[in-house]
Amino acid sequence: MDAIQKNLLEQVAGLHEMPSGAYNIRANGQSVARSTSAHIDIVTKEDKQGIDIIIKPGTKNESVHIPVELSQSGLTDIVYNDFYGGDDCNVTIIAGCGIHNGGDKDSKHDGIHSFFIGKNSHVKYVEKHYGSGDGKGERIMNPETVVELGENSFMEMETVQIKGVDSTKRKTSAKLADGAKLVVTEKLMTHGSQYAETSFHVDLDGEGSSANVISRSVARDDSKQFFFSKINGNNKCAGHSECDGIIMDNAKISALPEITANHLEASLIHEAAIGKIAGEQITKLMTLGLTEEEAEAQIINGFLK
Amino acid sequence: MLELQNLYFQVPSDTGATKEIIHDLSLTFDDHTFIAITGPNGGGKSTLAKLIMGIEKPTSGKILFNGQDITDLSITERANLGISFAFQQPVRFKGIKVKDLIALAAGKDVKNPNTCDYLSKVGLCARDYINRDIDASLSGGELKRIEIASIIARNTPLSVFDEPEAGIDLWSFNNLIKVFEEMHEGSDNSLIIISHQERILNIADEIVVVADGTVKARGRKDDILPELLKGTEGCRFYQ
Ligand SMILES: Nc1ncnc2c1ncn2[C@@H]1O[C@H](COP(=O)(O)OP(=O)(O)OP(=O)(O)O)[C@@H](O)[C@H]1O
Ligand SMILES: [Mg+2]
Repeated sequence: MDAIQKNLLEQVAGLHEMPSGAYNIRANGQSVARSTSAHIDIVTKEDKQGIDIIIKPGTKNESVHIPVELSQSGLTDIVYNDFYGGDDCNVTIIAGCGIHNGGDKDSKHDGIHSFFIGKNSHVKYVEKHYGSGDGKGERIMNPETVVELGENSFMEMETVQIKGVDSTKRKTSAKLADGAKLVVTEKLMTHGSQYAETSFHVDLDGEGSSANVISRSVARDDSKQFFFSKINGNNKCAGHSECDGIIMDNAKISALPEITANHLEASLIHEAAIGKIAGEQITKLMTLGLTEEEAEAQIINGFLK
Repeated sequence: MLELQNLYFQVPSDTGATKEIIHDLSLTFDDHTFIAITGPNGGGKSTLAKLIMGIEKPTSGKILFNGQDITDLSITERANLGISFAFQQPVRFKGIKVKDLIALAAGKDVKNPNTCDYLSKVGLCARDYINRDIDASLSGGELKRIEIASIIARNTPLSVFDEPEAGIDLWSFNNLIKVFEEMHEGSDNSLIIISHQERILNIADEIVVVADGTVKARGRKDDILPELLKGTEGCRFYQ
């Protein structure tokens, strides 16, 4: 693995060396390293690109790293990763994709991650996207996440994309059974002429299920962002989505939320706020001796932290 | 240390004419003084404080700080010269923590600012607060106290507080009085406190009454307070 590849891995998975626990590292369209544990198995798919990750019932406090990196310009990589999580598990899954494009052809990674989680499990899913390289070719990522959460299971999903991805269409859909809970936090920053689209579709099917989708984003320069979210309350449930966007320069952000209550006991809320940085926030930090630029950077950093 | 010379501040009004908020206001403040500014609501006190900090620029007039003309200096430049300002309505931030704000206030040179000390001075139990975001989850009184702590942390030659007592409970108010006394006695720094509270006016060296955008009176508390306490009805300053 060369320096560029190592940097990509560090950016998306925080890895300096081979992780402990189960892992599968995919580089330029191929699986290059893999390790399984007594409770977590990783099997290559026969019919298409990708892997099945099988987490045995009762697996506690284990982690799975499945980073992907693309450093060969012009490559299109489509991969299907399916997670089968048993009952009563507590696992952390760290995925992420780094693209380095130093050439003139587009590099593209489409990762489709499906989670089939049993009952009473707690899954934390972390996904980071990062792009580097100064070639004219675009760095494109279109991740899709599909979640089926069993009774009383809890999934926390954190996604971060703050640098170097030219175009992204992110799709997340989830179905929740009785008592299941989903919390999604998304952090997004676009600059230059980047385009990012993110859409959520959550079906709160189970009694007592709940979902909280929180998106914080910053769009600078000439970049554009679209936020779609759709939450269906099909039972006694609670749904909340929040889109908080800061625009700078000539950037544009649109938010299109949809909440549908199909049950009398469904309680659904959407909040969206888009605008430039509040002037008084900059003023306040300037009274502490920061320049206008320093104040702006401090506010953006905090907002996306 | 601070000199305000014939300040005027006008804003465009709805009718298209200009509205004068500060009218021919002149004031000088000596080194190491504690001045309380009081006066009726809408009299121009906060505007005056913003003119000193550079948040608003005067339509005409001059501001000198330690002899230097700072009229055209930015907020940042004035802050770096040693002026601090505690807002009447402190600003909230999503994602900036109490400890971040105190660290920014203490400045780059202070490696490990004594965040806990500053917070306990204003009656906040530091452990519960340092990692909280300065966002909508803080109560008005908490926010106000954090604002005051950040000004204590800055420790500059001049600190301007805009109604620091507003929203602060009675118990903490006693402590707040102590904090201002300490700030005044423990250093050569100067304090300007805008307040409607008799007890704050009482500990100041001098009281300035601002109404209708200008200075109506200035003097020792023994001369000014009795007149103020007669109530606005008969108060000659508020006419
Ligand atoms: N930017 C502005 N545009 C229009 N009017 C303004 C502006 N800033 C202040 N004013 C008006 O100027 C007057 C003085 O306001 P200021 O906030 O300075 O009063 P104050 O003395 O601090 O009052 P309070 O005791 O209520 O805090 C008020 O009538 C206010 O509405
Ligand atoms: Mg005021």
